[in-house]
Amino acid sequence: MSLEDVQSVVLVGVGGQGILLASEVLAQAAVLSGHRVKTNEVHGMAQRGGSVVAQIRWGQKVYSPLVASGTARVLGSLEQIEALRYAHYLAPNGLAVVSAQAIMPMTVSTGEAIYPKDVPGLLKRSFSRLIYLDAAQAALDLGEIRAANMVVLGAVSTGLDIAIEDWRDAIVASVKERFVEINLRAFEAGRSFS
Amino acid sequence: MAAAASLAKARSIVTMKHVGLNVAADPLMTLSYLGVEGGLVACVADDPGMHSSQNEQDTRHYARLAKVPLFEPSDSQEARDLMLLAMEISEEYRTPAILRSTTRVSHSRSLVDLGERKPAGRRIGFVKNPPRYVPIPVWGRVMRRDVEERMGRLVRAAEASSANWMEWRDRSLGIVTSSIAYQYVREVWPDASVLKLGFSYPFPDSLFLEFASQVDSVLVVEELDPILEEHVRSLGIACRGGDVVPKVGELSPDQLLLARMRMEGRKPAMDAGQMALPPRPAVLCPGCPHRGIFYVLGQLDVVVTGDIGCYSLGAFKPLDRMDTILCMGAGISMAQGLEKAGDPRKVVGIVGDSTFFHSGITGLLDIAYNRGGSTILVLDNRTTAMTGHQENPGTGRTLMGDVSVPISIEAIGSACGIERVRTVDPYDLEAVSVAVREEVEAFAPSLIVARAPCPLKERRRLGAVRVVDEDACKGCRICIRLACPAIEWLGETARINPLLCMGCGLCQGICPAGAIAPQEVDS
Ligand SMILES: Cc1ncc(C[n+]2csc(CCOP(=O)(O)OP(=O)(O)O)c2C)c(N)n1
Ligand code: SF4
Repeated sequence: MSLEDVQSVVLVGVGGQGILLASEVLAQAAVLSGHRVKTNEVHGMAQRGGSVVAQIRWGQKVYSPLVASGTARVLGSLEQIEALRYAHYLAPNGLAVVSAQAIMPMTVSTGEAIYPKDVPGLLKRSFSRLIYLDAAQAALDLGEIRAANMVVLGAVSTGLDIAIEDWRDAIVASVKERFVEINLRAFEAGRSFS
Repeated sequence: MAAAASLAKARSIVTMKHVGLNVAADPLMTLSYLGVEGGLVACVADDPGMHSSQNEQDTRHYARLAKVPLFEPSDSQEARDLMLLAMEISEEYRTPAILRSTTRVSHSRSLVDLGERKPAGRRIGFVKNPPRYVPIPVWGRVMRRDVEERMGRLVRAAEASSANWMEWRDRSLGIVTSSIAYQYVREVWPDASVLKLGFSYPFPDSLFLEFASQVDSVLVVEELDPILEEHVRSLGIACRGGDVVPKVGELSPDQLLLARMRMEGRKPAMDAGQMALPPRPAVLCPGCPHRGIFYVLGQLDVVVTGDIGCYSLGAFKPLDRMDTILCMGAGISMAQGLEKAGDPRKVVGIVGDSTFFHSGITGLLDIAYNRGGSTILVLDNRTTAMTGHQENPGTGRTLMGDVSVPISIEAIGSACGIERVRTVDPYDLEAVSVAVREEVEAFAPSLIVARAPCPLKERRRLGAVRVVDEDACKGCRICIRLACPAIEWLGETARINPLLCMGCGLCQGICPAGAIAPQEVDS
């Protein structure tokens, strides 16, 4: 019952990017791989274009659904500065998967705040293990921009020991039938970014 | 409704958030006297940290106030188990019960082992019994005494309940806790002994005393108000609690790690300090029909009393056009209050369709009957958007999805005695502007219904994606005032993110340079 056995992943992005579906697939995959799982995500206000964070934890026995700072094995981000916002969750040797998408917060467009310059540089300095990929472009190349979340999840999966069959089954179980194919392809595309 | 169903012997669960219980508090207080026949559980979720609420009230106070039993699950499995227990206790003791969740309990998911479904197998029917169901003083006083007697029996039930347990580990520290805090405690103090409360009110006094007698020191870890802590102290037990654990906001493993350090006199390692990042508050979706209303109101010198739906986002910059939010329905009643107080400006009140039906009508009646003069705008997006697109009486479907009679907001307005009632298309800014200006000027109360379905619910574009001709853009930033997340400002000119644009065309209409046009579709 050692707590060290518990694995944590934090998925972040902007409301509407499909974080919740990605979280659902990851949770399913962890269940299929034989673990007890807890997930947490806050809906409501945040989903209207706000900053969204989902947390997934699994192991033999999981207590808190929330991840403690410095303990997440992987941080997956669908937007680049959101990765910086939640960087503190990542364990020192953890893997960050960051999509190059930049979605301007309203505070930037109104001039109240500035979007950081040289985000790739900031990311490199913040994360020792970084996969920086353009998930939106990869998804567009496959013909479905909304599958960007699965591209990121595919890259996230390379930092976790969950068998590929469990990932596939989880996608099949969580996604509407007519989108299964495209989501599987997006997930595969993500895996090639390691 | 649940109360009456319960008197007819049906079991009922009624769900709401903490502020919902304020609305339901009146019936709850007296239902506690009447008692129940079929079990009745109010499942109420608090929002520590105010993720999507206007306050952080602690529902546990209501259990005390109403003198009813309280159950506090700490995860999904317990949510199921304690719901069953609450239902049983409710029936056995003939009392309504409260199952209190929190945002983190409700928005967490974990595997749940299901049990067998056991039908109650009873005949539904109300049996007349005035001394039990009519709390006029002669009978009410008897009920009042019965409530106290019931509380005594419930204390013993809580003391004996398997939902309350002690975990013995190192006895130098014993932690009393409930709800989600239990889960954090187990990770932050894995070696401490724990008294975990699932059936937490009425207080199981003997458990506190027994637990405290077997540990060297006691710490109470609870989210929000120090309810357990104060009670534990009142039993003569020395304990720590609010001096190290925050009483405001949400707990988390991180918060409790800090609390533990404080308690042990350790200094937290200096945080490297977070990089300054632009905040990302929630915004109205691209294509939202509420947006244009706020844009128009931005040009008028009026006070805007607002309400709690998606349109509450109109309070943020750059729209910045909602001046107050208090509670559900206050968009209408506060308009009347401001006006009656004699504010020199005209007042515009805003509510959504769902809120109008839920708690706006009484306020509107007040405005009409007591000769108010404010202008009430109902933003009718044909759904209850903020909470996840539920049906409401205007949509013509029940929550179960069955077809029903769609109720007309305009007809209700007229029936309330409002003579100036009109309907506008919220995407037609010119029409909105004319309507609002005329009604604000009028010396009579008026009701404007701005009707267009929520595009997030409909899941389709309203028109062609718009693009900015960067050479034509003069850099005036007028389009930014719409607070559309699809419009980004890149130094000198605007840009429209084609992945986000819903094609509502508002920006095209207001751009003075004519720099915005529908994207030409090739092929
Ligand atoms: C008393 C009370 N009950 C419930 C809520 C939760 N709540 C927040 S927004 C909302 C619905 C808003 O729907 P509507 O007015 O139609 O606006 P929309 O979000 O569709 O724009 C509800 C019920 C609340 N704030 N207060
Ligand atoms: S969900 Fe609908 S009503 Fe709410 S902000 Fe989005 S478009 Fe507007």
